[in-house]
Amino acid sequence: MKTVENEHVHLGLTDEDVLDMYKKMLLARKLDERMWLLNRAGKIPFVISCQGQEATQVGAAFALDREVDYIAPYYRDFGVVLSFGLTAKDMMLSAFAKEEDPNSGGRQMPGHFGSRKHRIITGSSPVTTQVPHAVGFALAAKMKKESFVTLTTLGEGSTNQGDFHEGLNFAGVHKLPIITLVENNKLAISVPYDKQVASETVAIRAKSYGMYGEKIDGTDPLQVFKVIKEARERAMNGEGPSLIEAETVRLTAHSSDDNDAAYRTKEEKEADRKNDCIVKFADYLKSCGILTDTIETNIVETIQNEINEATKYAENAPFAPVTSLTDYVYEQ
Amino acid sequence: MTELNYIQAITLAMEEEMTRDENVFVVGEDVGIKGGVFRATDGLYDKFGEDRVIDAPLAESAIVGVGVGAAMYGMRPIAEIQFADFIFPAVNQIISEAAKIRYRSNNDWNCPITIRAPFGGGVSGALYHSQSVEAIFNSTPGLKVVVPSSPRDARGLLKAAIRDNDPVLFFEHKRAYRLLKENIPTEEDEVIPIGKAAIKREGEDVTVITYGINVSITEKIATKLEKEGVSVHLLDLRTIYPLDQEAIIEAAKKTGKVLLITEDNKEGSIIGEVSAIIAEYCLFDLDAPVKRLAAPDVPTMPYAQPLEREFLVTEDKIEEEIKQLVRF
Repeated sequence: MKTVENEHVHLGLTDEDVLDMYKKMLLARKLDERMWLLNRAGKIPFVISCQGQEATQVGAAFALDREVDYIAPYYRDFGVVLSFGLTAKDMMLSAFAKEEDPNSGGRQMPGHFGSRKHRIITGSSPVTTQVPHAVGFALAAKMKKESFVTLTTLGEGSTNQGDFHEGLNFAGVHKLPIITLVENNKLAISVPYDKQVASETVAIRAKSYGMYGEKIDGTDPLQVFKVIKEARERAMNGEGPSLIEAETVRLTAHSSDDNDAAYRTKEEKEADRKNDCIVKFADYLKSCGILTDTIETNIVETIQNEINEATKYAENAPFAPVTSLTDYVYEQ
Repeated sequence: MTELNYIQAITLAMEEEMTRDENVFVVGEDVGIKGGVFRATDGLYDKFGEDRVIDAPLAESAIVGVGVGAAMYGMRPIAEIQFADFIFPAVNQIISEAAKIRYRSNNDWNCPITIRAPFGGGVSGALYHSQSVEAIFNSTPGLKVVVPSSPRDARGLLKAAIRDNDPVLFFEHKRAYRLLKENIPTEEDEVIPIGKAAIKREGEDVTVITYGINVSITEKIATKLEKEGVSVHLLDLRTIYPLDQEAIIEAAKKTGKVLLITEDNKEGSIIGEVSAIIAEYCLFDLDAPVKRLAAPDVPTMPYAQPLEREFLVTEDKIEEEIKQLVRF
């Protein structure tokens, strides 16, 4: 692990802050694991995972001003949206497609986040459409002279879409306060990086958009925190957008409907397991004396209880009435 | 009252709305210092500056997609697509995004964007500067699609589009830009409601239902035919999605003989849906089969003038169709 002892102090993070980050990462992971169980038990139709990417997601979210900044996340971003105010209960309501799901009232699949209250911009399934949206929020910030940045995230496969190029070029031309964070887990469903992206890294694409670019270790939340915080400062200082590529691992199949045995070896998967950000960050916190056995037991117990309650609540919650099918096509 | 042509009315609507609401802005290709390739944004750059009249990079998906984002934030973007023929790279942003934002978020978010695009032919625009693309969008709930037929409607409907809290596609027939002139009550803040068709002419013998430039063409023919003793009832759809069903049914029942006109290709066009509404609700009020006058099912109109003219709905063709219906 690259982090040195007490690195977080140098980043201006307290022991409490890093413990909070760890809790969010673990909550994301445990929620995800529970959803797979529920899916395999036939209780929920679909899961799409964050596992392996929690450090990138939580590190980035904590580097933002979570009172004012906007996010345009993608489907794996459990860690981002939990840090921006969604709860375990919200996530389970979405998984069970219940009326109270704050993202969509049970209309969208899980992983399609959105909450105006939490400044989470509603998303869809066609990938990368959120990038121009985030640029639009950043344009509005500039036009209205409002002090916030917009963070958008996506996978590395999505960086091949026209909307990535069109959006980032627009942001670069207008020097907008936006951060684009690519969570590079090196697999776009089944297709590996070298068959997806012709450039050596995603980050070097930043040069053609006239913006700052950097590739970082996305399994280290502190490094992600540092780099996104710097990107935010540049954005707020009028120095324009940044493209950050965080290298992560994907510890699950693409989704609950995918079997990765066809395209991944056991050895590859075992190697990724050794790069599990949750284990690595726990080791760091233990080495700093922040995460003791007692604290760890308490955290795990609290999270399990939270997830148990969320699951029970969501499972018993009502679906939206069928009469609501035709609601909100247009303003009513 | 001021006499304005169709494009001047559009410019005026944008200028008035930008003055009224500082959240309104224009984004598109060449809309800034040049004032647009058709000059629809003429003078706006000088009046409102480059921050509100944005010369976008040549990338339609970003023009719409960035607009969608800004609209979700609370701005009122007017995204100009230089020619409707070039809207296709932005269709994902229009159909997957703008149209579904309110529904997919269960009313948490909305997307008050106006997307303007000149469409239609008869100006030697060939295949890619002439198309009628509106039917692409006529099965997308969440969108509103508006096609004004006169300068007064262009101003009033564009104001309504900009103030609408949902996405509106606003198609302007490019041949109408300088062809149609009209006295407009510019002293009034006239906002014409989206979703309402307009009876342009009361008549007894044949009902014509159309939209866009064919409204004024049909009016001219109807005036001529009146002297020959033929009375034409003319309905301008104005909003082509969602359709004003009530007005269509009423207009069809009025005469029992219906001619539907579009410049678009016949199969799959807007008027096919109008015809279905009439079939569903007016069967026993009809005295003749519903007739559709449209372009042949070829990709679009060629550059060579004789071929272009052959493709287009012309005054002669409309007159002949009306007369045939009268005789039926």
